[in-house]
Amino acid sequence: MTGNTFSVSGYGPKRAGWTRILARDSLARRLDWPILLAALALSMIGSLLVFSATRNRTEINQGDPYYFLIRHFMNTGIGLALMIGTLWLGHRGLRNAVPILYGLSLAGILAVLTPLGSTVNGAHSWIVFGGGFSLQPSEFVKITIILGMAMLLSARVDAGDKAYPDHRTVLQALGLAAVPILIVLLMPDLGSVMVMVIIILGVLLASGASNRWVFGLISAGAIGAIAVWQLHILDDYQINRFAAFANPELDPAGVGYNTNQARIAIGSGGLTGAGLFHGSQTTGQFVPEQQTDFVFTVAGEELGFLGAGLIILLLGVILWRACRIARDSTELYGTVVAAGIVAWFAFQAFENVGMTLGIMPVTGLPLPFVSYGGSSMFAVWIAVGLLQSIRVQRPMSA
Amino acid sequence: MTNIPETGRTPRVQIRLVVIQILVLSLLGTLGGRLWYLQIREGAAYQKEASGNHVQQVVDPAVRGDILDARGVPLADNETRLVVSASRTDLLKQKDDGKGVLAKLAAVLGLKPEEVQQKVRLCDAKTPQPCWNGSPYQPIPITDEATPKQALQIRERAEDFPGITAEPEAVRRYGAPGKANTSQVLGYLSPVTDEEIQKAKDTDSPYLRSDMVGRSGLERQYDKELRGKAGVTRYEVDNLGRVIGKAKADPAESGSNLVTSIDARIQRVTEFELDKAMKVARQQFDKITGTNYKADSGAAVVMEAKTGRIVAMASAPDYDPNVWVGGISAKDYQALTGKNSDYPLLNRAIQGQAAPGSTFKVVSTAAAVEAGYDFNGRYPCTSSYSVGGQVFKNFEGESFGPIPLGRALEVSCDTVFYYLSDQEWKKDGGINPKKGQPKDFFYKAAHQFGLGKETGVDLPNEVTGRVPDRQWKLDYWKANKDAWCKYGKKDGSYVEKIAYENCLEGNKMREGDSINYSIGQGDTLVTPIQEAVIYGAVANGGTMYHPSIGKAVISADGKSVRELKPRPSGRLPVSKATLKGMDEAFAGVITRGTAAWKFGGWPQDKIPLHGKTGTAEVYGKQTTSWLATYSKDYTVIMTIAQAGTGSGASGEAVRNIYSALYGVQGDGSIDNKKAMLPEPQKTLPKVRPDGTVAAPKISTDPAKDVEAAQKNNTSNDEDQPPATSPSPNTNSNTRRRPRRRGSRRTRT
Repeated sequence: MTGNTFSVSGYGPKRAGWTRILARDSLARRLDWPILLAALALSMIGSLLVFSATRNRTEINQGDPYYFLIRHFMNTGIGLALMIGTLWLGHRGLRNAVPILYGLSLAGILAVLTPLGSTVNGAHSWIVFGGGFSLQPSEFVKITIILGMAMLLSARVDAGDKAYPDHRTVLQALGLAAVPILIVLLMPDLGSVMVMVIIILGVLLASGASNRWVFGLISAGAIGAIAVWQLHILDDYQINRFAAFANPELDPAGVGYNTNQARIAIGSGGLTGAGLFHGSQTTGQFVPEQQTDFVFTVAGEELGFLGAGLIILLLGVILWRACRIARDSTELYGTVVAAGIVAWFAFQAFENVGMTLGIMPVTGLPLPFVSYGGSSMFAVWIAVGLLQSIRVQRPMSA
Repeated sequence: MTNIPETGRTPRVQIRLVVIQILVLSLLGTLGGRLWYLQIREGAAYQKEASGNHVQQVVDPAVRGDILDARGVPLADNETRLVVSASRTDLLKQKDDGKGVLAKLAAVLGLKPEEVQQKVRLCDAKTPQPCWNGSPYQPIPITDEATPKQALQIRERAEDFPGITAEPEAVRRYGAPGKANTSQVLGYLSPVTDEEIQKAKDTDSPYLRSDMVGRSGLERQYDKELRGKAGVTRYEVDNLGRVIGKAKADPAESGSNLVTSIDARIQRVTEFELDKAMKVARQQFDKITGTNYKADSGAAVVMEAKTGRIVAMASAPDYDPNVWVGGISAKDYQALTGKNSDYPLLNRAIQGQAAPGSTFKVVSTAAAVEAGYDFNGRYPCTSSYSVGGQVFKNFEGESFGPIPLGRALEVSCDTVFYYLSDQEWKKDGGINPKKGQPKDFFYKAAHQFGLGKETGVDLPNEVTGRVPDRQWKLDYWKANKDAWCKYGKKDGSYVEKIAYENCLEGNKMREGDSINYSIGQGDTLVTPIQEAVIYGAVANGGTMYHPSIGKAVISADGKSVRELKPRPSGRLPVSKATLKGMDEAFAGVITRGTAAWKFGGWPQDKIPLHGKTGTAEVYGKQTTSWLATYSKDYTVIMTIAQAGTGSGASGEAVRNIYSALYGVQGDGSIDNKKAMLPEPQKTLPKVRPDGTVAAPKISTDPAKDVEAAQKNNTSNDEDQPPATSPSPNTNSNTRRRPRRRGSRRTRT
């Protein structure tokens, strides 16, 4: 692998394994450990929270209290493997594979629209396989959009032809992103669409595209939102979620129930929380979807301000390091990819935690690394792999 | 990492990346801040909400304590009835809002479907009765008279009746032992309101949703003792209401039993005699108004003279307290409180007030002695008394010559008291006294006798009556002078002339006011219970008591007994010697005075009775009759509105009450076996080891027993009045001058 490229011939074979790993130029030394450790820590905290939320929910855990715990571990393991795979292929290697990935992604989300797709919680965005396995292709579309746009936007800049991507390139990149977004909008998976729009914004910003494009995109987003509202593209359940956000006292037993119960759970945690497995809101299953979208409420109630704050802090570590990686990348391609991932993680984390705290409307977005869910877990670990790859493949600083 | 090699990034990208980084950090900072706000700042509130979320309470209502008479006979207790209730919450969950279930239920109970529908609807401004005015979360009783068969039908087919329950429940019962209704004294219960729950939330006796609360009478006065404490079991539940946690249970504590000083037999006799006296009065012709007496309301009090304990208290018209049990119907409620009702909920013994008439002379006599007039001196009892062109006549123009005060009480000579009061008025400075000059002996005495304020009887909403002294006149004039001055005319109708006079000098104590006041006419108002306190004090040697009905509070298990001792409230401002003189005079009223024609043949040597009659004029109405009497141990007061003279209206009734107490037969002999209560009940009823109270048997109608005892012999009705007693027409005293100050209801 890349490590061999930098090894000095003659010494290598005689070095013991651990010295090679610790060598100044080794892969291990150049990995971004804070991101890796923070992501692992979040996944482990997530497994505890998922376990706490599901061990009593006999109607979904098939009678096995460890059902979700084991699966969360498995997902994390697969995620780690995907990260290593991504690191091995390298973000540059994946650049060449963008057409294939793009094609696969489109096929995936189109398949959802066929009878293969299933509806979960109002979002028709799942492909359910037998044996309890299911896939949410829109999670992977996020990666495809980042890689595809980064490839188009950075091609001529990295080649040294231009200082900034020109209008035509930007238009091409937007077109590339627009196709899957429109398909996802048809599902309709509004949360994912919002994440993708934010990703586009981050990517455009980092690519150095003209300010006109940035502001144009923001205005288009606003107009689009109004249009979606006015043209009744939204389903009732989505409108209700916004109504409940605007006025949480509205119908506490109905629409506002989620937000109310979530806020009660978090608020009752206090400084140190009720202790793991001891939250009455969690044990009594008052918060719906608590292992996925509302997993943060378990942390809030059972681990308190310290535990929930730690999750935000760990997310902050990942985002901080990712920003550094974006800034330190030697080529625009790496910068754009990293910035896209930052936009994705940041928005998704803010939206997910924000909705449980009652400062954002409810949408079905998982909390990266923490929420239970295979597709989401795989996608965020692939993103970590991309970040590591960008970090590893830059030249050593002097 | 400061020395970064060429990255290919332009400054624009560099700046934007920094902006992104700042944006990301501020987003995370927002989350952290919000988290701090929810968990640390508002944490306590959410913790409370969370515990309310997952804790469900199951309430086991406490059994309300009994109200017993002095011998342990239950006046109010509980019976078990099968109550069918509907849960609104469960009904509304059904597709048709429970209409189908209620229709089925109506068929089982034999009611009309609309009737059942109306019972479960919630009361609001637009909804007429019947409707439910309790909490919507509380099961709403449809009927408390379900038969066991109906209850079984409902319980066996529970799946057909979702939201409907049929449970045995303790329901209040007012058994009226020996037909003693005791309605206004007992009071009634109704469901607790939301405001009351809120108000009592943080006190030591909070209400539960299902609680019934005493609304008047003893039920209200002793509500805290009678109510007990409901048992509450707390379960931890999940979002579907399934029990997941340990239960914490506080067992229900039954309410304490209240032993009263009421004697159910005497209560019955008193109620019966009051009612009979009113019926008889309605047959009598009133010469002044030219119609029969209306006798529309009345009250009677029997009190232990030496303790202030109430043995019987009757108020007419009365009602059946059981109409409140299980929710009152709209029709019944209207009949009790509507404009056309005669307000039977009022306890006129403590809430009715009227001018006392000549019964007030006990106060005037004390005042005169206090002012320095010798009790045994001679004062002119002329046929009339004139001041400034006005003539105040004695009743029927009688004159007895110069007589002592005792004799003036006995024959109820008005002119003696006119004279004394007028003398004092003049000494006090007349119409325009100097500051600090008036001694106001007559008004001070009224206050010292406890008039113008509550007696402190242990019943809610007692009224104060009124002493029309200088301060009151000034306040009353300030409140009304604008209306008087607008309405009054110097040469208008009678009412207009009065208003004109009042406008000019209604704030001053006029000579006529003082003269009228001395014989209990005019603006003075007293309640029957106040009269009982005063005459009780005369009987016992001068000690006034706060009247009391509650005698002891006995816990449900019988282990704790809290006795409620008699509470003296003060002493009469009368010397022993004067008191003795008054006592003799009041005995004379019975033997040869104004009440003698009704007490012929009474064994006065064995059971000496004392009394004072009174007849108060009410503008626009017939006269209010008063009869205040006492024996060694008891005081009996009776008053009937629009019924003529005190002795004429109430003489026989009061005599029968004493006959019941002492077992006096129609021929004047005493049958100790038939005496119901020759001495006040001193001991408390016996409490059995299980906490229940032993009660003696009671005759089905003690009043009939008394009636029979009177008829066995020659009835006193046929007795000729003794030669010394005045004729029925001249038995009492009335004032010639019509009452001033316009029309006012004196009995409210």
